[in-house]
This record gives sequence, structure tokens and C-alpha cells, in this order.
Amino acid sequence: MILTGFALGPILPEFVLAVGALALILMGAFRGERWAWVVTDIAIFFLGAALLLVLRQPSGSVAIFNGAFIDDGFGRFMKVLALAGSIATLLMSGDWLRRERIDLFEYPVLIMLSTVGMLLLISANDLIALYLGLELMSLALYVVAAFHRDNVRASEAGLKYFVLGALSSGMLLYGASLLYGFAGTVSFAGIATAIHGQSSIGVIFGLVFVMAGLAFKLAAVPFHMWTPDVYEGAPTPVTAFFAAAPKMAAMAVTVRIITTAFPGIVGEWRQIIVFIAIASMALGSFAAIGQTNFKRLMAYSSIGHMGFALVGLAAGTAAGVQGVIIYMTIYLAMTLGTFAAILEMRRNGKPVEEIADLAGLSATDPPMALFLAAMMFSLAGVPPLAGLFAKFYVFAAAVDAKLYGLAVIGFMLSVVAAYYYLRIVKIMYFDAPRPAFDKGSLAERAVLAIAAAFIVLFSVFPGGIVDAADAAAKSLF
Amino acid sequence: MDVAAVFFYLFSAVTVASGFMVIAARNPVHSVLFLILAFVNSAGLFLLLGAEFLAMILVIVYVGAVAVLFLFVVMMLDVDFAELKQGFLQYLPLGVIIGAIVLVELVAGALTLVPSPLGKPAAPTPGVSNTQALGRVLYTQYLYFFEVAGLVLLVAMIGAIVLTLRHKRGVRRQSVAAQVARTKATSVEVRKVPSRTGV
Amino acid sequence: MYQAIVFLPLLGFLIAGLFGPLFAPRFSEVVTTSLLFVSLVLSFVAFADVGFGGQTAFVPIANWFTSGALKVDWAFRIDTLTVVMLVVVTFVSAFVHLYSIGYMREDAGRPRFFAYLSLFTFAMLMLVTADNLVQLFFGWEGVGLASYLLIGFWYHRPSANAAAIKAFIVNRVGDFGFSLGIFLVFALTNSVSYDTIFAAAPGLANKTMHVFGLSVDAMTMACLLLFMGAMGKSAQFLLHTWLPDAMEGPTPVSALIHAATMVTAGVFMVARLSPLFEQAPAALSVVIVVGATTAFFAATVGLVQNDIKRVVAYSTCSQLGYMFVGLGVGGYGLGIFHLFTHAFFKALLFLGAGSVITAMHHEQDMRKMGGLRKQIPFTFWMMVIGTLSLTGFPFTAGYFSKDAIIEAAYASQRPGAAYGFLCVIVAAALTSFYSWRLVFLTFFDAPHVAGAHDIETQPAEEHDETVHHEPGDHHGEGTHGHGSHEVRESPLVMLIPLAVLAVGAIGAGFAFRHWFVGEGFADFWKGALFSAPTNHIREEMEKVPGLVSLLPSVMMLVGFLVALHMYILQPFAARQLAEQQRLLYRFLLNKWYFDELYDLIFVRPAFWLGRLFWKGGDGRIIDGIGPDGVAARVIDAARGAVRLQTGYVYHYAFAMLIGIAAFITWYLFGGAR
Repeated sequence: MILTGFALGPILPEFVLAVGALALILMGAFRGERWAWVVTDIAIFFLGAALLLVLRQPSGSVAIFNGAFIDDGFGRFMKVLALAGSIATLLMSGDWLRRERIDLFEYPVLIMLSTVGMLLLISANDLIALYLGLELMSLALYVVAAFHRDNVRASEAGLKYFVLGALSSGMLLYGASLLYGFAGTVSFAGIATAIHGQSSIGVIFGLVFVMAGLAFKLAAVPFHMWTPDVYEGAPTPVTAFFAAAPKMAAMAVTVRIITTAFPGIVGEWRQIIVFIAIASMALGSFAAIGQTNFKRLMAYSSIGHMGFALVGLAAGTAAGVQGVIIYMTIYLAMTLGTFAAILEMRRNGKPVEEIADLAGLSATDPPMALFLAAMMFSLAGVPPLAGLFAKFYVFAAAVDAKLYGLAVIGFMLSVVAAYYYLRIVKIMYFDAPRPAFDKGSLAERAVLAIAAAFIVLFSVFPGGIVDAADAAAKSLF
Repeated sequence: MDVAAVFFYLFSAVTVASGFMVIAARNPVHSVLFLILAFVNSAGLFLLLGAEFLAMILVIVYVGAVAVLFLFVVMMLDVDFAELKQGFLQYLPLGVIIGAIVLVELVAGALTLVPSPLGKPAAPTPGVSNTQALGRVLYTQYLYFFEVAGLVLLVAMIGAIVLTLRHKRGVRRQSVAAQVARTKATSVEVRKVPSRTGV
Repeated sequence: MYQAIVFLPLLGFLIAGLFGPLFAPRFSEVVTTSLLFVSLVLSFVAFADVGFGGQTAFVPIANWFTSGALKVDWAFRIDTLTVVMLVVVTFVSAFVHLYSIGYMREDAGRPRFFAYLSLFTFAMLMLVTADNLVQLFFGWEGVGLASYLLIGFWYHRPSANAAAIKAFIVNRVGDFGFSLGIFLVFALTNSVSYDTIFAAAPGLANKTMHVFGLSVDAMTMACLLLFMGAMGKSAQFLLHTWLPDAMEGPTPVSALIHAATMVTAGVFMVARLSPLFEQAPAALSVVIVVGATTAFFAATVGLVQNDIKRVVAYSTCSQLGYMFVGLGVGGYGLGIFHLFTHAFFKALLFLGAGSVITAMHHEQDMRKMGGLRKQIPFTFWMMVIGTLSLTGFPFTAGYFSKDAIIEAAYASQRPGAAYGFLCVIVAAALTSFYSWRLVFLTFFDAPHVAGAHDIETQPAEEHDETVHHEPGDHHGEGTHGHGSHEVRESPLVMLIPLAVLAVGAIGAGFAFRHWFVGEGFADFWKGALFSAPTNHIREEMEKVPGLVSLLPSVMMLVGFLVALHMYILQPFAARQLAEQQRLLYRFLLNKWYFDELYDLIFVRPAFWLGRLFWKGGDGRIIDGIGPDGVAARVIDAARGAVRLQTGYVYHYAFAMLIGIAAFITWYLFGGAR
């Protein structure tokens, strides 16, 4: 068989990124550790180039490699989010890693390779591509979780993540083979044709196992258990990365497989999604209340937010997917902003992570307090910030799909969740001040400020993103 | 019931039984040996399906390399498995119940597959061996998967290195550049040694 | 141009907010103030264009969001009502900015202060230019936020924080009704855009809807809900309690927000939605009654207050009541006209009071002032002008606008108008009394020494709210060495705004009467204020007997004479009266006990309910289930969820397997189909 019609165009961003990563490994290996920052800068450059290339892809849907890889509007939107998350993480990481003396050149390379995995995952259009993308992404994540190898907690985090991740991959593979065994094909479209109108227990089982594997990556209940430990243990920039970019990819592939492979059995998959969504929202809302560690709190927060985003998916309509996309966009901005603030929490050169350390921040660093308060208000969904719009779109889609119970439960849980976000604001503004933090790096402050500007501006001019999300969602239907 | 069926059930039963023994065995070395047994039996199953290449690969890679590596690790590390397994009994009843439920349900689910599998395995091309067939598609039709798998392995390699490699100070290392850059002048010293006096 | 008017203050806010701390405070002051003056000039141009040139405009900015039938745009609706408000807002705001340069000169937080002021101005401009209800609501909340920030500007002062929170919460009550009103309007007309709503309004008259089994008139319901928002924002009776407390903010803030602009947002909103209110006569009657009650109530409380700013605050409350009476009788032009003139003289009074306070080194208790006429003559004359205008001295601004409202209340045939007339005419006398009392106490008489007015002092001590020290004096006394309490006239930068506003307070009424309420009405407003065909208030006003027209002036004179008698001619009369009518005095001094009443009705039950859930249930109800009541249930749920987090990998793995097993079991036996 000859490679006729071998079109590289649709996969160009991933290609550039992968080749860039290979080149950087060589460069790092030959130049040694002192070049770590150069490698980081070049990695950021490559990620930026990939972002530009994604934006410059021609519109429309193109599938290549016998339909294993698809480039469509939905994928491009989510790729932009994933790349933005990676770029912001790398920007913020440098100082922190240098201070902890773990600024190895492998770090940016691993982030790049993980990002390649995400892009491939987002574009995955059959089960094998899905699995490979997922593994490429996750394997790099396992390593960066344990990147602080002399730190016991980081090593523990990496190991836990790896063991449980392997288990979840096993489940995913098992589900994929069940689906293949039933449908006789690995392609999503093929599966959809095979099960059109008729579902069997075998397919449902396959679906359950595949969803379990994906829910693990999303950190959705009951496959979330690793999240708090890993978030707390991993180095903070890595935690920021975990909370941002991989979530985009995992959510994208979940949405894609649900909408393109199982459109015929909405009634069946909706039950899983609704359960996972409610359980995640509930756990995220309640468990976070007792937390004292900011990173751990953000772990529960991210669990809850994945639940909210899944509410949109549960609707199973284009409007619902649009809601998911908008939710993920805003979630990305809020998460990056919040973690930028967490990275800035440093006293006498040592990072501090307790919520109590924020006490009286409004007196010692008013801009940071203001930005962080904006993040918290937005995460809580206080009008008129972007977080409210995010919830509005997913709940509206759920209501349109007649999932009233889900919407009502979600709304109530969002009120519970607001409690602990507002508690942070209260601590920052009304508690007796603690000593000021060290001066943060420019990149951290910039990410925080840009995120704050985004969530404020979004509430004023949501039009562009909402329309783009609409177009992206329609490309799946 | 033909011979193939007999062997199928034989291999399957031994695979499952040795899989169980892997976790049940008290001695970790025995666990690994049971693992090897499970691999070999799986290879037998592949043979029955006509996938000779995969069968051989399984034996060579998993039995020959992976499992042996496991054995080395288990024997070299003095891990007290008895201690690790404490509390095993505590969770055993619940584990057995959950496991049994999942098993029963999966069997029930699998049974529904039997009457009507929608897909059929591709018919073997006459005159082309298994290995040849794989070789034909692996670098063409499945190039994409092949390359991505390569990247996955690369990440695994980087990960292993970055997490374990430690540059100890005071260790002498070979420096190729320094070796190549040596000239006669820097490495050879010509001394006129007077006779009978020693150096 | 309209974009520039609205967005220049935003620009000022961003510059001062982001870069202000980097430069000297002077930078923020100059940037925000000059941007506002540019905005002011443009507003005048717009006023001439639209008011007299007749170029009503619609300026689209961008699509905001679309969700199903709900389509919301950013757009400006530029008609006469808008440009009137533009002029009022930018005019007062610009001069308040200028004034603040002097007033806040010793405060370290100046960049923040000017940023907030500009933010407020932006939000207010957004509110008045809105083209739809959602944008109106955006501006509405924006001014609320800015007001909250400015009241609590001295955030290290607990009383300022408490006042800010109180304003926030009371406004929430109103906003709740307001947002329900918006929902209802959307439900009725399927749109939030003014054009569509106004076009649909006539068709909705007499339409009924069913709420909790009752049939109610849909338009009345919607208008009452919307009016509830106006009551909160404009501090009307029952929701007024936050306004006096808001005086905790710096005085320029009081002048800008709590006198001239934000509190009039409710008046503006009712006038803007006049096409809706015209279809709901019952709602208009409610507007009259509430407005009239406020006018009377606030005036009575104002009689006995001792804090100079609180007197002016209650006066504001009362005047807002007048405006609502004007709106309620159907004379929307009257309400807006009074809003317009009120902005001048009330801002003048507030800034004058601020000037007095500065001169007295941040002393606000009038009993400790006196005889200031000689020491700060300029401020004195400005205050007199403001007072004349407020009390409706012939041919000042207040005379035209206020008396017109009183006449209209007399002329109107609407239910409730008679009550309204009674209230406002009495309030006119009261207004005159407390205004002159302020002037006499502050500027005449010998400087008061402590104890000179024991009887007035004594009850006040029981209520520790009367005496305030603005923190400026903490810096002031130490560093500038004027601890000797020498009274000195304020700097020029504070006096110029006073002079400019004084010109407005005298002339604005005479100059614009013709256009706002007179023969030029139709030409000027060009339909921006809607009157139903059945609304004949303007014809009826012409038939008012001459005696009635004279009555307000008579009342004013009565009030003046009584004040003169009690505070100048017979300085002990006030004390004696207070002694004789001790009960009434206490009743008024304590503001009709509204704070106490609310404390009793809302605050305590809320605490009690909290205790019931949290503590009371401890021993009895919930003890069987858990230790600490409802609040603790949540924490227990949290703790339970956390306890699952053991840290053991095999527990986590087990949880995943249980999840899988549960899903499969569910599908096998319960779920699928």
C-alpha cells in the first residue's frame, strides 16, 4: 500500500510540536542543565507556533489517517484552550522550579509531549487514537507529578497517580475491546452506525468502562480519588497544569465520543453522565468546605466544576456542547488565574499553601487580593463575572433538554460551593493581616491579571466566544 | 467438540487460574512465575486464533524480557510482601463480593454478545503470512498509531531517566570530547631516563 | 461622541485604578477630573443636539448575549431624558471630582478614591443611556457596587463597613423586586429592549395573570415590582434606612451619589418606563402614596437630627419623595425637573456641608458649631443659596420644580393624590424649618460650648450615632499643626464647585422651566416621556386656584419664621419644646424607630432562626442524628467526604471498582430503558 493522498496539513500543529520536542531533547541533552531556561523559552515558542497553526487551519472538517484523526471546529477550539493552558503553565513554572532547584530541561519537553498527547486526544476519531493520545498525555503527566523527586510528597503523588492511572487505562482498554467486539470497528462513526437504534448490554458495558477511564482523567466522582492527593503533593506549577490543560483534552474527547459514537443511545449514556455530574458537583461542593490547603481546595473545586460542565453534556444537544465549551473556556481562565495567585504565595522564599496564609492580603497586596477575589467570585458564579455565564449556558441547555432535576440540583450545589469561595474572599479582606508575600514574578502577575481581565471582559463582551463555541459545537452534530 | 476447542478451554482455564495465583501466592517469586505461566498460555490462545506473530512476540518480550526483569527486581529488592499483604484479609470479603458481582455481570453481558457479533474478523489474505501482513500495514495504514506509540515510549524513557538518573559528584566519567581532543603533546611526555639511576 | 461621554470615565477609572498607585496621587486626580470635564462638555453638546436640535439617536455598541428569545445588546438610547441625565450626572460628577481634590487632600488613598468616583460615574452613565432592561440592570448594579465601595472607603472604620453592608443588603431587597419585575416584563413581552416593550405595553393593559391562585393585573404587578427596585435605590419609605447611614462615606461621595445621581436612579427608571406605568394606574397610586409618605416622614426626622450631613441626607430622602409624587400623578416632566434642579442645590448643600466640616476639622455635630458666618463667609452664602433653593424661595430653582409638584398633587384626580398633596404641603413647611435650623445652628449664634444644649445632647448620647470624626483629622491635627481648631475657609478648588453649583441652584429652574414642564414640553421631550391619552395632568394644573399656588411659599415662610423664632430670637424655645414633647422628640430623633423595628422584625428573627437551627437543635431535635444542627450537617458531609480520602492507593482503586460495579449493576437491573 502506498501513501497516496498523505495529507499532513490537518495534523501540522501536532507535528510541529512533536518535532520541536524531539529537537529540544537533543538540545537539552547536549547543552546540559544550565540551558533549561532556554529550552523552556523555545518550548513556549513552539507551543505558541502550534497555537497559531491551529488558528490558521482551514475551516471545515477533515479526517486523515483512515479516519483516525479528525480536524474540525470543535477540535480546534479545544486545542486552543489546551495550548493556552500549557503556555500559561510554562510561563509561570520557570521561577518556581528554579527556586526549588528542579529546573531541568526535561520539564518543558515533557509538558510539550503531554500537550501533543492532548492535541491528538482532542482530534481522536477512533478508539486506538483515543487510547494512544490518552497514554501519551498521561504518561508525561505521571512523570511531571513526581518531578520533585527528592520530595516525598511529590514522589507519592506521582506514584499514586501512576498506579491508579494504569488501572483506569486498563478499564478504558477493556471497554474499548468490548465496543470493538460488538461493533466490529474502532471508528466512532462506525460504532454509531453499528449500534444505530439497537443497544445491547455489551455495548453498555463497553460504554461504562470507557467512561470510567475518561472520568478518571476528568477527575469526576467516583473516579476522582487521586485528585486531592496528587494536587497537593505535586509541585504547584504542575498542579496548575493538571487542573488546566489535560482537563480540556479529557473533556473534549468525552464530548466527542459521546456525541459521535453514541448518538443513538442517548437515554443510556445520559444516566451515567447525570450521575457523574451530580456526584461530582456534590462532592466538589461539600468536601471543599473542610479544606485548609489551597491546592487541595482547588482539587475539590475542579472536581465540582467538571460536574457542572458535564451538566451541559448531559443535555446531549448542540446547545449543551456549546455550554460545555464555554464552561471549559471560563474554567481555564479562572483556574490559571487562581493558580498564578497560589504560585505567588511565597514567604521568605518558601512557598506557602494554606488558605490562612491569605489573611489580610487586601492590606499587604491590594491588586493581588482584588484579582484573586475576582477569581473567587467568578468561580462561585457571582454576577456579573464570567463564571455566572458559564453556569448559565450549561443549566439553560439542561433545562432545554428537560433535565429539570439536574439543573435544580446543580443550582443548589453551586450555592453550597459559593460558601468556600467567598470564605477565601472574607479571609483576604477581613482577617488580620499576615506578613506580606515575597514579590511575585512578572509572569505570575501577568497571568493573574490577564485571567482577571478575561473574566471581567467576558461578562461585557461574551459575544465572540459564545458564537465561536456555537459554531464549534455545531461541527459535532 | 474439536481439538481446538479443547485447547482453547485448557489455555483459558490455566490463564485464569495462574492469574489468580499471581495475587494469591505467598512467595513473590512464585507470583512472577505464575505470571510467566499466564503469558505463555495467552500466547497459546493467540496461536489458536492464528496470530502466530503475536504469540511469538508475547513469549519473547513478556516472558523473555519483562517477566525476567520482574524476577530480578523481586529478588534484588528485599520487600516484605507479608507486611504489605497485611489487611488483605480485612478487605477480602468485600473484594470478593464486588469481584463476584462484576464477574457475573460481565459474563451475562458477554453472553449477549455471542449470538450476534456485528463485526467479523478480517479474512486472512491467502499466501501472506501473519508477519508479512502486519509488516505491510504497520508502516502504512497504521503509521499514525505507530508514530504515536513511538512518542509514548519516548516519554516513558525520558520519565525513567529524569526520575532516576542522579549525577553523583566524584564519579569519574568518560568524556569523549576530551579524549578526542587529546594530542600527543598533552598526553605523552618524553623523558630521558638516565640509566641505572631509576626514575 | 456618545461613546466618549460614557467611556471616558471608565478610561479614567482604569488609568487611576491600574497605574494610579505608581505615580503621585496628583496624577490620578488630574487624569480622572480632566476626563470627566471632557465628558461634561460633550454632554452639553449632546444636550443641545438632542434637546433643541431634535436628533434622537440610537447608538449600537455590540451584541452582548443571545439565548433563545432573550437577545441583549449593548446600545445607547439617546433621547431627551437621556441627555438631561447625562448633563446632570457629568456636571455634578465633574465638579465633585474637582472638589474632592481639595477635600481629600490629606487622605492617602486618593488614587483609589478617584478611581471609584470615575467607576461610579461610568456605571451611572451606563444606567441612563441603557437601551434595554438588562443593560439598565447592569448599570443599576454597577452604581450599587461603586456606592458600596465608596461608603466603605474608609474600610478600617467599623461603622463605615457596617454602613456599606447595610446599604448593600437593603438594596438587595429592592433589586430582588426589580429583577423579578424584569423577568415579568420579559415573560409578558418576550423582550427586554425598550422599543419592543414600549410598543407592546398598550396591548398588555388590563391583562391578568395568576399568581398563587389570585388574579392580578399583569402590568400593575410588573410596575410594582419594578418600583420596588426604585424604592431601594431611591431610599423610599420602608427601604430608606440605608441612606442616612451611607453618610459614613466621604462627603463628596454623599454629594455625588447620595444626593444628585444614584439615588435618583429610581426616579429616572420610573420616568424611563413611563409607557409601562401609564398602563398601570394602580401602581402609580402606590408611587404617590410611597413618595408622599417618604417626603413627610423624612422631613419630620430631619427636624431634630444633629449631624449636619444627616440633616441633608433626610432632606434628600424627602425630596426624592417629592419626585415620586410628581411621577405618580402622571407628571413625569415634573419629577425629572425636580430631579434636575435638586441635583444642583442638594449637591451644593452637601459640598457646602463638606466645606463646613473641613473648616471645623471634621466635626459634624451642629451643636458644636455656631457663629461660623464670620469665619467662612463664602461657604455661608453658598449654603444660604442652597437653602433658599431647597425651601422654594421664589424664583430659585427649587421654587419652580417643587411648587409645580405640589400644584400637580392638588390638581390630580388620581386615587391617593389628595393624601399626597397633604403630605407634601406639610413637608414643605418642615423642609423650610429644618433647613433654616441647619443654617442658624451652624452659622449664627455664638460658638456653642459643650452643654449649652443639654436637652438636645442628652438623648443623643444614648444613640451613639450622632458624632462622627472623619479620619482625615487624624492626619490633619498631627502633621499640619492646626490642632488649635482655628476655623479657616476651604481652599479655592473646593469653593469653585460651590460657586458653579450655586449658579445652577438659582438659575436652573427659571432657565429650563419652559422646556421641562412649560409650553415647550412637547418640543423638548419629543415623546421620551410617555403620557397616555387619559393623562390630563398638565391641563388640570392650569386650573389650580391661585391660592393653592401661593400656599407652598406661605408654608416656606412659616417654616422659616418658626426656625427664626426658635433658634435666633428665643434660643431656649427649642429646648423647652423638646422637653415638653419629650416622647415625640425621641420618636423623631430615633427616626421613627425604624432601625429598631427592622432589628426586631428581620435581624433578630434571622439570628434567632440561625440559633434555632444551629444551637437549639443541638440538644433536642437533631441530636439523635448528629451533634450540631444544620450548619454542622454540611460540615459533617464535608468531613465524611474528606474521610473517604484515606491516602491509600488500594482504597482509591477499590472506590473506582465499586463505581464500575455500581454502574454495571444499575444498567443490568435498573437503568437501560
